[in-house]
Amino acid sequence: MPQVTTRHEMPTQDARERINNFKEVALGYDEETAVAEANRCLNCKKPKCMEGCPVEVPIPEFISLVKKRDFKGAIKKIKTKNSLPAVCGRVCPQENQCEKHCILGKKGEPVAIGRLERFVADYEMAHGGEPAEKQAPTGKRVAVVGSGPAGLTAAGDLAKMGHRVTIFEALHVPGGVLMYGIPEFRLPKDIVQGEIEKIKDLGVEIKTNYVIGKLDSIDELLAEGYDAVFIGTGAGLPYFMNIPGENLNGIYSANEFLTRTNLMKAYRFPEYLTPIKVGERVAVIGAGNVAMDAARTALRLGAKESYIVYRRSEKEMPARREEIEHAAEEGVKFALLTSPVEFHGDENGSLTAMTCIKYELGEPDASGRRRPVPVEGSEYEMKVDNVVLALGQGPNPLVPATTAGLELTKRGNIAADEETGATSKAGVFAGGDIVTGAATVIMAMGAGKKAARAIDEYLRNK
Amino acid sequence: MYKIVRKEVFSPAIKLFEVEAPKIAAKARAGQFFILRVNEKGERIPLTIADFNREAGTITTIFQEVGRTTKDMGRLNVGDCLADVVGPLGEPTTVKNFGRVICVGGGVGVAPIYPIARALKEAGNEVISIIGARSKELLFWEDKMAAVSDRLIVCTDDGSYGQKGFVTDAVKQVAEECEINRVWAIGPMPMMRAMAETTRPLGIKTIVSLNPIMVDGTGMCGACRVSVGGETKFACVDGPEFDAHLVDFDLAMRRLAYYKDEEKRAEAAGSCGNGGACGCHK
Ligand SMILES: Cc1cc2nc3c(=O)[nH]c(=O)nc-3n(C[C@H](O)[C@H](O)[C@H](O)COP(=O)(O)OP(=O)(O)OC[C@H]3O[C@@H](n4cnc5c(N)ncnc54)[C@H](O)[C@@H]3O)c2cc1C
Ligand SMILES: Cc1cc2nc3c(=O)[nH]c(=O)nc-3n(C[C@H](O)[C@H](O)[C@H](O)COP(=O)(O)OP(=O)(O)OC[C@H]3O[C@@H](n4cnc5c(N)ncnc54)[C@H](O)[C@@H]3O)c2cc1C
Ligand code: SF4
Ligand code: SF4
Ligand code: FES
Repeated sequence: MPQVTTRHEMPTQDARERINNFKEVALGYDEETAVAEANRCLNCKKPKCMEGCPVEVPIPEFISLVKKRDFKGAIKKIKTKNSLPAVCGRVCPQENQCEKHCILGKKGEPVAIGRLERFVADYEMAHGGEPAEKQAPTGKRVAVVGSGPAGLTAAGDLAKMGHRVTIFEALHVPGGVLMYGIPEFRLPKDIVQGEIEKIKDLGVEIKTNYVIGKLDSIDELLAEGYDAVFIGTGAGLPYFMNIPGENLNGIYSANEFLTRTNLMKAYRFPEYLTPIKVGERVAVIGAGNVAMDAARTALRLGAKESYIVYRRSEKEMPARREEIEHAAEEGVKFALLTSPVEFHGDENGSLTAMTCIKYELGEPDASGRRRPVPVEGSEYEMKVDNVVLALGQGPNPLVPATTAGLELTKRGNIAADEETGATSKAGVFAGGDIVTGAATVIMAMGAGKKAARAIDEYLRNK
Repeated sequence: MYKIVRKEVFSPAIKLFEVEAPKIAAKARAGQFFILRVNEKGERIPLTIADFNREAGTITTIFQEVGRTTKDMGRLNVGDCLADVVGPLGEPTTVKNFGRVICVGGGVGVAPIYPIARALKEAGNEVISIIGARSKELLFWEDKMAAVSDRLIVCTDDGSYGQKGFVTDAVKQVAEECEINRVWAIGPMPMMRAMAETTRPLGIKTIVSLNPIMVDGTGMCGACRVSVGGETKFACVDGPEFDAHLVDFDLAMRRLAYYKDEEKRAEAAGSCGNGGACGCHK
């Protein structure tokens, strides 16, 4: 069979249509397309692709099963390593992970590994699957703090190893950023909850409305009889710019804007009671994934114009290509080499405009990207009804501040061993965004996986 | 689920719930609050923990029906459950022996001032409490406040009970009689602002508990930001108590009013009894 150099297209909702709803943009492969795409895979002896997957999904093995139309077998294979395949298949930055290393990428397009992973995960959700295998109970108890991808992965793996696991989650639903941050149109919340149900099926108990650092401290958990603790509290602290006018009505942190919309379903107000207010012109400051999500959400909430306002140029935008393209297709506009210096409001304290300054690119800075330099005298005014600040997030100090003997980094992240997640405190492990700073779902899952292995070893030797 | 085990109706719009939440009851301290959701479609709203019973495993809250969520709450009865209760949130009051202190509760602010007055009394302070309301029917917990205070002054705006006038007048009057080391004042925003302006010239350090709009209550969203001494603070984790003389009340009050139109729509959507599901109030 001749090798097809291009991958099979992902069917998507039409851009003009989709900005009027919150339904998923990418529609997923059907069986025929999935099998055809799987047939592109060479089933390499030394599969390069696997080097790019932080949770070690057995890629060629699962793809071979897709070729044979054994979709249930394929998902079972993935699940030996990845407990959130329907999520990863959707939001993993595959182009920088597994697919970046795929051998086919050298001459043409790599196998669409993520899309295949999504396909088989969705197949299982639709057709039912078998529960994962579990080892005999060990009698040990582990507390997991935070139910984002890091915590869920650690919990799922530890439960499979036979430990009794309880997750403590501050919000009223588990999932972390998967629930409150990433929008419905990229990652449907039913899918996330479906994956979480499977983790519960492994025997993991989830206690929501439980803020560690307030209701119990890490030390209290250890004293109450947990043999080990995993901290996966994420990077939930929003950064602000500290410029005049920042507290005007209409200026949201991306966390607030997305939490109101996703977690609280403000897009269905007033059936759901949490409001969100979006005017005609919205400016999102920043150009990462979070910024793209906010700008696209603003359009769906009724904004006529939605802007990405970014200090650097297009090349430096940190968001995934696919997200930037989707945003552009939907009509998001880009004001690059630009940043606000002041916000202005009316007599009710509501935002009306912002003063921006233009930037040009200078010498490369520590991050290797060219440093943006403000152009003197280039200030101009931009009328806006809302601003969403997507400038990145730091670690929430709630847990670190209430845990004696937990070493932190200069930025306030928890210092943990990269291979094991071990912290400076005996029996306490950490991973995900709370350790690395804001990163990716799959990195957080990788950290949760490594920590689970290390915790298991710690418990067996204890 | 968090069961309501006691309900008291103080006046048509001011009600008390005692709710089962053993873990929170065990940890709660004066000055802290919790966040609740009435049901799956509900908004998360913050209310102060006005009292707690560690043995019974319950927390008590007093709320004023001002909009959709508090009205939905008001219709619940003993035996009903709240979908979510999370707490205790916020920093507890700094309690030590300051000497002679005044605790002021205006309107529904009597509820949050009560545990603070009690804790200050237990720490050895001479506690002078001043509670006020528009009129007699809106007063509650006079007996409980009296029990934890060395002296209690009751004010009503219309003079229907106690002394006629505002709580600020009473504070001025007491401060003229004796030395006051610290004041706590909790109530509607305009009252707290007036209190700041009353004690500022007298040089008495004054603490207020701010009530901005909140979402998560854990420092994650920044909805609750307030300006204190020119710095932005998150009321849910840095507060809710702040030095009254440093708070930008104008900003805080404007931020509270941002969703006025949406609040009206939410309330209208609830008034037909279908909770917006019928779509009759879109
Ligand atoms: C809008 C947005 C879009 C993104 N898009 C992508 C994407 O497309 N692809 C991708 O790979 N990554 C994306 N990311 C990044 C990714 O979501 C995160 O890196 C990942 O979720 C981190 O996982 P985590 O488990 O470390 O933390 P989180 O997902 O942040 O979960 C932490 C959990 O801990 C809870 N918690 C915090 N403190 C406490 C406490 N004291 N007690 C109890 N519970 C607590 C929180 O409520 C939360 O549920 C995005 C992030 C955002 C915000
Ligand atoms: C830390 C904290 C502690 C609080 N403790 C109490 C308490 O013990 N008892 C009590 O009755 N209320 C308390 N509040 C206020 C309470 O949260 C609001 O009254 C409630 O959120 C209103 O919700 P709603 O849907 O009924 O009204 P909405 O329709 O949302 O609001 C009606 C009106 O109430 C005002 N309002 C809206 N949100 C708030 C708010 N968060 N705080 C104050 N006013 C608001 C606005 O002016 C609005 O126009 C507290 C608030 C905070 C932040
Ligand atoms: S989990 Fe992510 S990185 Fe790993 S194979 Fe799946 S899509 Fe690729
Ligand atoms: S590197 Fe590409 S072609 Fe080779 S096994 Fe992996 S996915 Fe298949
Ligand atoms: S309520 Fe979200 S940060 Fe305070």
